[in-house]
Amino acid sequence: MSPLEIFLTALGMGAITLFCRAFFMLPEQELPMPNWLREGLRYAPIAALSAVVAPELFMTQGHLIESWRDARIYGAAAGLAFYAWKHSLFGTIVCGTGVMLALRFGLGW
Amino acid sequence: MPMAIGIAAWGLVAGVAMAKSGMGIALAIFMSLLVYAGSAQIAALPLIASGAPMWVVWATTLCVSLRFMAFSFHYRPYFAHLPRGQRVALSFLMGDTNFALFMRRFPRLEPGYRHEDYFLGSAVVTFGVWQLSIITGIVAGHGIPASWGLGFAGVMALLALTCTQLRTPSTWVAAVVAACAAVAAYALPMKLNIVVAIAAAVAFGALADHARAARTRAGR
Repeated sequence: MSPLEIFLTALGMGAITLFCRAFFMLPEQELPMPNWLREGLRYAPIAALSAVVAPELFMTQGHLIESWRDARIYGAAAGLAFYAWKHSLFGTIVCGTGVMLALRFGLGW
Repeated sequence: MPMAIGIAAWGLVAGVAMAKSGMGIALAIFMSLLVYAGSAQIAALPLIASGAPMWVVWATTLCVSLRFMAFSFHYRPYFAHLPRGQRVALSFLMGDTNFALFMRRFPRLEPGYRHEDYFLGSAVVTFGVWQLSIITGIVAGHGIPASWGLGFAGVMALLALTCTQLRTPSTWVAAVVAACAAVAAYALPMKLNIVVAIAAAVAFGALADHARAARTRAGR
């Protein structure tokens, strides 16, 4: 792509992300919405987070990981365990990343 | 505040990725300031680098950004009293981190409380940290090796945020449904797998609530 095309692409991306973010903020009146959708939407944010995280943890270059010797899984497990124990966001990040790095550099996983 | 580390790490990674895509420092910074969505930017990079048509990049951006619509839906009751211009301005600052923190602090509306102040506080800090780190990443570019595991710190931050949203058994199931669907549908183009995962979890949620309502009716 030429710089001009990248510029235009970025403009469009900005418009699209802002549109999505503002979607339910724009109308002055409540949007009429069937109840089942309203109920279902309660699960959308957690689904989105989970859908972004899961491939990062369990996939390498588009394939499900095949070896159990993958540092990321143990890092994630350590992070989850820490969260269950202390409910600390910061601890979860540090603990998970620490275990992952220890395994990657210590054992070469 | 602890989330700032996760955001900074993730921003640095996104910045380095943008630098390595070869789009040029000025354009990369322009895109970061305007789009302000790490996942959308990272998803767009390989497409831009390979010269994909513009509409494909936009469609991918849309798929990745659909989750913001859900955020916007949930924020609405908290901000409904503000004028439209302000609501849209707040919308620009929405992100995954803010959303999870906000909903942890305010699981339900607290009448009389100025929710927008809390939102702005955390959103402005997030915006600042994010832009600072992504621009650092863009400028430092090739100096930062991928093996530092910075990207993983970002993933762990998102994982921790996911945990904060796990309140009821049905949210657990929704999270697992979405995770499986996202992995299973990974091969789809344009990050459609995230859309599929959200749709699956929403469908599950609607069904679960429907089943509960039916049980309540039967019990009566």
